[in-house]
Amino acid sequence: MDWKGRDVISIRDFSKEDIEFVLKVAERLENELKGKGSLDYARGKILATLFFEPSTRTRLSFESAMHRLGGSVIGFSSAASTSVKKGESLADTIKTVEQYSDVIVIRHPMEGAARLAAEVAEIPVINAGDGSNQHPTQTLLDLYTIKRAFGRIDGLTIGLLGDLKYGRTVHSLAEALAFYDVELYLISPELLRMPKHIVEELREKGVKVHETTDLEGAIPELDVLYVTRIQRERFPDEEEYLKVKGSYQVNCRLLKNAKETLKVMHPLPRVDEIHPEVDGSEHALYFRQVFSGVPVRMALLGLTLGVL
Amino acid sequence: MPELKIEVIPEGTVIDHIPAGKWLKVIEILGLTKPNGGTLLIASNVPSKKLGRKDIVKVEGRYLSEEEVNKIALIAPMTTVNIVRDYKIVEKFKVSIPDEITGILRCPNPNCVSNHEYVVPRFKVESREPLKLRCHYCERTIEGDEILGNL
Ligand SMILES: Nc1ncnc2c1ncn2[C@@H]1O[C@H](COP(=O)(O)OP(=O)(O)OP(=O)(O)O)[C@@H](O)[C@H]1O
Ligand SMILES: [Mg+2]
Ligand SMILES: [Zn+2]
Repeated sequence: MDWKGRDVISIRDFSKEDIEFVLKVAERLENELKGKGSLDYARGKILATLFFEPSTRTRLSFESAMHRLGGSVIGFSSAASTSVKKGESLADTIKTVEQYSDVIVIRHPMEGAARLAAEVAEIPVINAGDGSNQHPTQTLLDLYTIKRAFGRIDGLTIGLLGDLKYGRTVHSLAEALAFYDVELYLISPELLRMPKHIVEELREKGVKVHETTDLEGAIPELDVLYVTRIQRERFPDEEEYLKVKGSYQVNCRLLKNAKETLKVMHPLPRVDEIHPEVDGSEHALYFRQVFSGVPVRMALLGLTLGVL
Repeated sequence: MPELKIEVIPEGTVIDHIPAGKWLKVIEILGLTKPNGGTLLIASNVPSKKLGRKDIVKVEGRYLSEEEVNKIALIAPMTTVNIVRDYKIVEKFKVSIPDEITGILRCPNPNCVSNHEYVVPRFKVESREPLKLRCHYCERTIEGDEILGNL
């Protein structure tokens, strides 16, 4: 696969080999960075971060990745400050920005915006979230985090917890995990179960899937617990919501029954689905997960720029 | 004796076995409604052994390619296309759903970029039986009535 000039739009465009390759390059860069402090692969290259919708951490993570590769960054962090407000089309914005930069990272509230941007642009485009559709770099950094923590992904039992119905993060992650020999526990309230077509797809690909509402029952089985937030809006009434919220909080009491090696992940920001008392424990992997965003994005920037 | 419910054409294309009532949609999708296009002969609600009732569209002086006609497969999956030269049928084929549908179907997702920017909507055919399409842009899948309602 020739990575130079390639777009990173959807995890659907990735084969298992692609994923493994990115993870390997990320690990290499992480080690190089540890040794040298900073790298200069992307010296003279410019990243444009186009955030039509605010997302502080994803943007900062990309910007940090580009700086650590020795490149520089231009961009905007909300559509309010751009000509989009004056009614400029996305295609025109992209055609303009690509004159100023070598690679584009885009976050946009509409589904499909990154795909369109990639079609319009000659330079590579990386999707940092298109509405409720895709956020492929999140999925890659999740996989990277798991791989770094366990040395492998195959053979693990992974629980996905929370809003499995609407959460794009868990959808993409589940689809990517289907490339591996994993067992999945899909843990959610009845109302927020993983869509049937995804569960079927996982089973067709040979993943052993357990669907359950019982977090306590599942916890002893797990190597990884991936926690996502459950939003109040998803419930018809407050009482129902509070009940669910209470039973899905990850805290030290719950983790007493977990394997000693269990790792807890979360795409962040969290509200109260993981109690802060877990932060200091060996189980907490979510800040390490944030850190993983940088080497993974360095790998993707470097590969698509063709400078590695 | 072939059923010659409507006039014979010397040269052109006979689009047969269109579901009754769908002829207008068919000529729209095929772009045959332009005033400077060729003569069209239309028969609607014709009794048919296969379909009960059917529509037939005859396009005089134009040979439609398989690729062109496949665009109507979504609304008229049983359609047979007959190429007529010198009053005789020289070629006959059935429409089939192509691997990709471009231009004729709108994405039902209101937040899909294809409904807001100047782009040709595109769908990948994920399955034919039952018909399931995936939007090239927003990646949502659509099935059944949702497809027919957005043609
Ligand atoms: N020269 C022609 N001009 C106009 N229409 C024609 C001509 N020849 C045949 N047709 C029409 O084309 C269609 C197909 O004709 P054909 O003789 O193959 O009938 P068929 O055996 O019933 O075919 P099928 O199995 O596809 O229904 C019929 O609707 C027929 O009326
Ligand atoms: Mg017949
Ligand atoms: Zn769409």
